[in-house]
Amino acid sequence: MSIAEATEGKTTELKIVKDATCTFCGCVCDDMELTVEGNKITKAKNACVLGKAWFFNHHIEDRPEATIEGEPVPFEEAVERAAEILTSATYPITYGLSDTTSESQRVAIAITDWIGGTIDTTTSVCHGPSGMAFQGVGEVTCSLGEVKNRADFLLFWGGNPAESHPRHFTRYSLMPKGQFVPNGRKDRTAVLIDVRKTKSAKAMDIFLQIKPRSDFELAWAMRGLAAGIDIDPDIEQITGIPLKTLKDVVERMKAAKFGVILFGMGLTMTRGKHLNSEAVLALARDLNKYTRFTAKPMRGHGNVTGADNIVSWSTGYPFGVSLTRGYPRFNPGEFTSSDTLARGEADAALIIASDPMSNFSNPARQHLAKIPSVVLDPKLSETAKVATVAFTTATYGINTSGTVYRMDDIPIPLRPAFESPYRSDEEVLKAIETRIREKQLAASAGG
Amino acid sequence: MAEEFILIPGRTSRQGTTLNEGKYTDGYLDEIGTLQICTEDMQRLGLSDGDQVRMWNEHGEVTVPCKTSRGDELPPGLLFISYGLWSCELMGGETHGSGMPDSKGLDVFLEPV
Repeated sequence: MSIAEATEGKTTELKIVKDATCTFCGCVCDDMELTVEGNKITKAKNACVLGKAWFFNHHIEDRPEATIEGEPVPFEEAVERAAEILTSATYPITYGLSDTTSESQRVAIAITDWIGGTIDTTTSVCHGPSGMAFQGVGEVTCSLGEVKNRADFLLFWGGNPAESHPRHFTRYSLMPKGQFVPNGRKDRTAVLIDVRKTKSAKAMDIFLQIKPRSDFELAWAMRGLAAGIDIDPDIEQITGIPLKTLKDVVERMKAAKFGVILFGMGLTMTRGKHLNSEAVLALARDLNKYTRFTAKPMRGHGNVTGADNIVSWSTGYPFGVSLTRGYPRFNPGEFTSSDTLARGEADAALIIASDPMSNFSNPARQHLAKIPSVVLDPKLSETAKVATVAFTTATYGINTSGTVYRMDDIPIPLRPAFESPYRSDEEVLKAIETRIREKQLAASAGG
Repeated sequence: MAEEFILIPGRTSRQGTTLNEGKYTDGYLDEIGTLQICTEDMQRLGLSDGDQVRMWNEHGEVTVPCKTSRGDELPPGLLFISYGLWSCELMGGETHGSGMPDSKGLDVFLEPV
């Protein structure tokens, strides 16, 4: 009998889980009301289209709890092999972590420290460049509660929240009535800067359709205008935006009482990367000479912000951290997983809750498929398929409790809907960590 | 004859919903494997929805079906595809010291198959 079959029919009770948390996207909406029938969520009140898809499609799947080379094995055997792989490697990497609890993230960092590896998260291929920019120019920040209650000027840049964060407009930024914006949408001016006229453009007052790869030039032109510097009208040829339009937007920004720039991966994934983010963060900083202005990255996965926080308070740096010398070193491009894999340096990988075999570059994927790897994922993925050791785990937020961080760095507790027969990421990682320590202590006692 | 375009891989609502249904479902594979082209470029290249196009750059090559983008979402010269296996084929391993490969705004060549 498989692990999923063993649980079938055991739980048939109908229950309502109030104030549950959706962990699909960085909005981390914590006002869900879930109707749970046995091992299925049948209603998800307040959930958006993405949230409903998240809650309705995470059933108990009929997969082995653990496999080695694709063959089902007992859990303990898989843990033993995982510990062997990670302790015998000379350059092990740990990667992923954006779709798991902060409690799991903490254990993954501890494992990486014990084995002297590099710790990196999906942030490095998300807002990693913004993380670098924070260190360069700082971050004038705020919570989404402040956006809701204060912001009368919203500038969305390089993102499409209407599709990627469907409740951001209604719950946090554009529509809600707040303490200092009592009329909600009517009290706010909204601008979108993007290369595509997406669904989000329809919700805006002003849409600036820029030429691809001209974000850096546009942000610096706006910085210049904000500082009262004359800008060459040629800026229109470079960016596609007439100088007159740009002046109008900057004047509106300066006249706002509380402005916020919410920027997406249109900035970080495009040529310029951290320099694009840096320019936008500096623009927000500059505007504080005239009014209150902030900037926040629009974060994607449910707990990618938690990954940044936990790796930061554990090592001092947010991602791409090497612990190979016994102390943390930060160097994007050197210790980030895209690079260590594409250059063929990593010789073992621990991948938690992510699928680099589906979204890394060709050379990185080719190398990952060649080296021994340990993969934890609730669902089958391209990465789980090539894993030496694969664990099926419970889904965070649906099956497990714990903590996740919203995109504005606010920690939020999870209220699970039903139990999974599979262990949580944290439990699997703790078992691997324990076995690694036993092996290391035995080796040091023997040596 | 091949023409040069700029490719923007990105997220869509359908990608998010079908992702939860499963990465091996027809819906997800259709969403990440279909290239969006603006009406003007579709007409100029003599393409209809569902036609196969070959797209390549120095990093890789894919052949995928295309469809006309919604309204005026894309300007001429710009292509869109949902992130996934196909868009990654066109990404290089170089991150220019940032950890992030060029993942949007990719120079690509395109021709009807």
